[in-house]
This record gives sequence, structure tokens and C-alpha cells, in this order.
Amino acid sequence: MAKAIKIKKGLDLKVKGKPELTISEVSNSSHYSVKPADFPSLTPKMVVKVGDKVKVGTPIFHDKYREAINYVSPVSGEIEGVVRGAKRKILEVLIKADKDFTFESIDTSGDTKETILKSGLWPCIKQRPLDIVADYNKSPLAIYVSGFDSAPLAPDYEYILKDKKSELQAGFDALAKLTKGKVNVTIEAAGKNTSIFSGVTGIELHTINSKHPAGNVGTQIHAIAPINKGETVWTINAVDVARIGTLMTKGTIDTTKVVALTGSEVKAPAYYRLVSGAKMADLVEGKISSENVRYISGNLLTGENVGKEGFLGFYENQVTVIPEGDQHKFSFTEGWMAPGFTKLSNSQTFLSSLLPKKAYDIDTNTNGEERAFVMSGQYEKVFPFDIYPVQLLKAVITNDIDKMEKLGIYEVAPEDFALCEFVCTSKINSQQIIRDGLKVIEEECM
Amino acid sequence: MKFLRNFFDKQYEKVGHKWHPLVESFDTILFTPNHTTKSGAHIRDAVDLKRTMMFVILAMVPCLLFGMWNVGEQHFVMLGESAEFGDKFLHGALRVLPIVAVSYGVGLAVEFIFGIIKGHSLHEGYLVSGMLIPLIMPVDTPLWMVAVAVVFGVVIGKEVFGGTGMNVVNVALTTRAFLFFAHPTSMSGNTVWTSGFGAAKADAAVKIADGYTGATPLGELASMTTDNPAYESITDFTTNGITMARALTGDYLGSIGETSTIAILIGLGFLLLTRIASWRIVVSFFLGGFVMASIFNLVAGDNAYMQLPAIHQLLLGGFMFGMVFMITDPVTASQTSKGKWFYGFLAGFLAILIRVANPAYPEGVMLAILIANVTAPLIDHMVINSNIKKREKRLAKASA
Repeated sequence: MAKAIKIKKGLDLKVKGKPELTISEVSNSSHYSVKPADFPSLTPKMVVKVGDKVKVGTPIFHDKYREAINYVSPVSGEIEGVVRGAKRKILEVLIKADKDFTFESIDTSGDTKETILKSGLWPCIKQRPLDIVADYNKSPLAIYVSGFDSAPLAPDYEYILKDKKSELQAGFDALAKLTKGKVNVTIEAAGKNTSIFSGVTGIELHTINSKHPAGNVGTQIHAIAPINKGETVWTINAVDVARIGTLMTKGTIDTTKVVALTGSEVKAPAYYRLVSGAKMADLVEGKISSENVRYISGNLLTGENVGKEGFLGFYENQVTVIPEGDQHKFSFTEGWMAPGFTKLSNSQTFLSSLLPKKAYDIDTNTNGEERAFVMSGQYEKVFPFDIYPVQLLKAVITNDIDKMEKLGIYEVAPEDFALCEFVCTSKINSQQIIRDGLKVIEEECM
Repeated sequence: MKFLRNFFDKQYEKVGHKWHPLVESFDTILFTPNHTTKSGAHIRDAVDLKRTMMFVILAMVPCLLFGMWNVGEQHFVMLGESAEFGDKFLHGALRVLPIVAVSYGVGLAVEFIFGIIKGHSLHEGYLVSGMLIPLIMPVDTPLWMVAVAVVFGVVIGKEVFGGTGMNVVNVALTTRAFLFFAHPTSMSGNTVWTSGFGAAKADAAVKIADGYTGATPLGELASMTTDNPAYESITDFTTNGITMARALTGDYLGSIGETSTIAILIGLGFLLLTRIASWRIVVSFFLGGFVMASIFNLVAGDNAYMQLPAIHQLLLGGFMFGMVFMITDPVTASQTSKGKWFYGFLAGFLAILIRVANPAYPEGVMLAILIANVTAPLIDHMVINSNIKKREKRLAKASA
């Protein structure tokens, strides 16, 4: 049954730097990377060596414990190096790209699951619980796709996907073969009639009203059919559905993507087409208006600080650039005692709550030091789950697995706690805590 | 501001590592630190614990100012003299400010010692407790007692549990309860509520107004059920004693900051507007008190105290102050939205029950809130358990 989901809780962060609806090309740079760290709890096993030639779609490494999952090269070229960290953990595999790409061709006539696994698109499919790349041995109860992104300054999927209707249909047809359940897609209630998803067949189309995190697939799953212990569902980003569609129709993988370059420090925020795994510098060069900034692959709430010399993440369709907040701020003028006409806050303690601005400048300062939990009821206002967020976090902090299970750890992913982390008076890093909790659950209970 | 910044930066180099928390405490009051987010959400809400606590202190300012005036007012009423507004305020300020100074001085010293031992800068909890404590003291409490009680309150009430955010019972009320039980003669009776009353009684040279007893309204009300009532009837009390109007303005005897309902409501408005206090707790506490007082009205018979109209009952003593500043303490209150309703109601209900039914304690708010504090984790446990049950039921249904 298609549902019209209504949630009341949430928060839209009004931040400067919304992208204009134009797409420009970013010329191919020579350096790309594939980062195992983009995939939580993955242990990579290299299948190529430095100096090997690769094509678009050639496996670079696979999952040591689930060998069928390939992680492939987004470009054709030569393996340039492997960056390792502590305990020789692989951080990045660097690839020097050719001018013109050659593609691995993939036979799509066989089993759909096999095809996707072989192609290197499997990591697009994640599973809940745990929020990791889906385990192909399990059969998911259903597949969930969010039809929009509600994060701050998020790309407009309707815009990115406007020419990909047939690919989307092909992608959804392929997904339908992976589950005995339904493929659920949830779109914004407001754009219901014009949505690109409304013409797609073979899916269950739900709508959701309201503000962020309405676009988080976790919120949608929780409203449609909350996950019970022992159940598995899969999730995939709408943009990646279209990529699977391309694979199914053309027999090669499309590693290009449209990325929204956003944030207050971007001169002209807009959309850019580039190849997955591209270098941040290639995208942002000449487009940033100040020096001391943070380059985030992803959105402000869940993205990763990769730096200008870093590489874009596998799952991200957005880059955000905001000022670093590494300056001391004098309390009375711009610090914690300031009247706060220009402060972004969900509390009502700044004058900006009486005279709200259209959009705020915000930097990476924590605006205070970490403390123990003091305020209550704060998380609940932005957390549209029937779960007690603070109590769940405390269960993780105290490593009480039984409590974690009882309080609903199977239903959540770190991104669901991103807004809690933002509004927290005590500046507690709840996303990391949830990630740690999921790791414990994976090791002890799965 | 550059020179200040340089000053602090220099101090970090000058003092040993052990003393960094001390420098940091002052530094972070003047400067929001340059800490940036590392992972997770890259941006954080502008609010922090310092601002939150500062707003609670601001909310108490009307009570503090009114309290100063009222201390002077009551002093001159005792002497039967009339005085200018300025004289009353000055007299009150000179009596109240030392208590505030001792409360903050001693409390922060204890906090700093713990901070230095544990290696963290000052956690803000005491900034609020330090202002609450003077406001719930009788004005003639000796300063050394305030100091001892503050040490007890901070160490036993908070630091042994792990500091700000970890305490089970309200720190300010722990302090008050310590004094109440350790020095009952200095915290109750009729001499402590008026500035200088005890000394004046002992000094034959000072003339005290005829018939002045120094009793608080609650003391007078408690006497209504004895052989020696302060008023002929409850109507006599509400028309000639502390009328509704006086209960609202607050020109009567009581702890320094607790008397003026209007000043307290200004603070409440501020706390609700800034959404720092939980309206659920405030409303349910008021309801709890109202229900209990109404029950007493119904069963009063010829018990004069029980006849006191419910609303009037709630405006007297520490009920309103407790409702706005004590029961709303987020650390010791219930954490869950549902739990807050039970928690507030329980505390309000008990406050009036203890006040009226137990002659040993003229005021029940302190004990009621302490009892509710201890009960809060149990209430939360039950609320969370119902959430767990719901999840288990869902699982059973799915696997059936």
C-alpha cells in the first residue's frame, strides 16, 4: 500500500550556497582514487598491483569476507599507488587516468545479482541493519529508495535525473529481481505530480511531507515498515538506480555523476558533471572565494572532510565548501554571549529566532566545548523515530548490547542522528557513537 | 580584543600543564574556543551549555532584584519605620550580595579543585546552582553555614556522581536540605526570615514593631490548625493577611527569591520563550499542586489550612519558585516527554501534600522535588520499557 507519510519532527537548515540549476562539465583530470574508507567495515583485498593497467569497471579490490563484491576502477589508466595508514590499512588506491577511457564490457544476460556484483555497482546497495554494503547472501524483505535528498543544500534529484527516465525504469526492473518484497520509493508530497518517479512502473510510490530528515531513507523505512531484529532491508540512492539501469541496458558502467557544488564559500554554486573518485581540486579550482575553508565531500551533516587534495567519496552527489571556524571568538561580539542576529540555531536563545534570516553563513566551529548530556528533549524534536535517541546513545557508550537491541539499534544509521548531533547543546558526536555501536553489533550479533 | 587573546595564550605557556583547566575556564568565558568539528556533522548549533546556563541566570535576575528590595522592605516593617525605596534596596543588597558571593566563591572553588584534579575546565552547572542557592535561603542564614552547605551540595550532590550532567538530585536543593536538617534552628522558626530580627530581639535598644512575629505565611497557616492560630479564619488570612495581590507581588516573608510570583513568572516567560525550561514539567507540576490543593479543599471540613483556595495555596511559599527553577532542572528531571508529565505531577502533588499534612515541615516543595528527583529514573525506566515492549510486540507479530 502506498503511504502518505506525515512526520512533524525535523529541521531544515537554512544555509547559504544553494546550487543554481545549471550543469557544467569538469574536464577529466589525471588523478582519481578509490577509497575503502567510503565503505564502513570493509576489509579490502587488492586484486591489482601498482603499475597494472585498468579499464573503467576493472576490479581494484574486493571484500575479503564477501569476495563476490567487486570495487572497480571509475576510470581507465594505470594504478599509481596504494596509500596505507596505520597497521598497513589501505586508505586509498590512486589511479592515473588515460585521456580516453576504455570500458570493461559486462554480460548482462545472466543473473541480475551476478551482473551487478561483477560490474562494481553492488556497493551502491546498502543494507539495514548496520548501514554497510549489502550482504548478497541474504534476501532482503524489501528495497527502499529515497526519491529526494533533504539535507542542507542537497542536490535536486528531479533535476539530476531529468533525462534518465528510461535508465531509472531499467534500474528499478533490475532491483525488483533482487527481492521478493517490494521496491519502495518515497518522494516529496509537494512534488508528487511532477516527479520523475511517478511514471515508473513496478515500484511502490510513497510520499512524505515535512523537513529534513524526511529525505533520509531511514526515516522513510521507519514510517513504512520498521525493521525488526533479524530482518534485512536494502537501500540504494536514486541516482545509483539509474546507474544500474545504464548497466543493464548498455552493458558497461557509467562512472560519471552530477555533483552539486554548494556552500557559502563557493562563488557560483551549481552542478558539475565529473567522474566518480575525482580529485577535489579539479572540481573546486578557481571557484572558491576565500582561503581558510573546509572541503566536504557530501553534505554539511554527514559528509567527509577530504581537503582540497583529497578525492570525492563513492556515495556523494554533493560537495560543500564552508569556512573553517578555527578562530577564537570574543564572547560578547560573536561568541556565546553575542545577541546572535546571524547565528544559526534550533534553540530559541538567539535573536535570529525572532528575526530569522533567509540563509545563514556558518563555519565549522563547534561553538562550545563537549559536555555530558544536560538538556533533554532536544534530540527528540529533530528525530522522527519511535526510538529514544539519548538512551540508545547511552546504551552504546556503555557498550550494553542487550539495551542497544531493545532500544532499536537495528533501525538506525549514523546519518539518522546527524541532526541530533547538530542541535546538541553538549556537542556530543552522536554519529560516531552510533557507528561504533553498529560495529559492535556486527561483531557480536551478526 | 587582541591583547586579551594574547594574554590568555601567554598564560597557557606560563602556567604548568596541571593548571591549564583553570586558565581555560576563564579563557572560554571570554572567548568561544577555536575548536572545530572533526567528523560527523561539520556544523553545530550556535547554542552551548554556557549560553543555556547564562539564560537561566538571567531568568533569575527579576527574583534576585525583587528579593533585595523585599529584604529591605521586611526589615523596615519589622522596625515599624518607613523608608525610601533606595534605602530598602540598599539594605537588602547589602544582606543578599554577601550570600551570593559566598555561594559562588565557595562553590566555584570546589568546582575548580575537581576540575584541576580531573583535568577539565569548569563545567557550567554550578553557575546556575550558585545563583539558586542564595535565592532559596532565609536572609539571616549565617554565611559560614552557607559555605559549609555549598561544599556539601557540590561534593556529595554532584561531584561524587561525576559532575555536571551526572547528578541524581538537584544541587541547590541538596544544599538547602543539608542546612534544613543540619541546622534546623537557623533555617526555620520565626527569627531567620527578617534581616536582623534575631539580633534585634536580643538588643533591648532596638525597637520592634508591636505584634511583629517574623512568621512566614506558611508558618502562620500551619498555626491555623493549632490552639494558637495566627488568624481567626482562613478568610481572615486571605483578606487581612497575605491576600492574593500580595501573594502575586511578594512583599511578605520567605526565602530571598521565592516570594514574588510576578518576578518568578517573568523568569518563567523568559525560560519558556527561549525553550530552555520544559513546559511539560512546568504545567504538570502546577497541575499536581492544584489537584492536591483542590482535594484538600474538598475534604477540608473545619481544618482551616486545608480550606485555603487552591490557587492561593500555590502562590505562597516556594511552590512557584520550585516550579520554574528547581523542578525544571533537566539533569535531575525525567528525560522522556511522557515521563516529564508524571514527574512534574508527582512533585507538585507531593509538595502540597507535605506542606499541608505534615506540621513538622512548613514548606514541602524542597522535599517533594528531592523525592521526585530520585523517582525520575524509575519513571523514565517505565516509559522506555513501554517503548521496548512495543518493539518486542512488533517483532513477535512479524515472526508469527
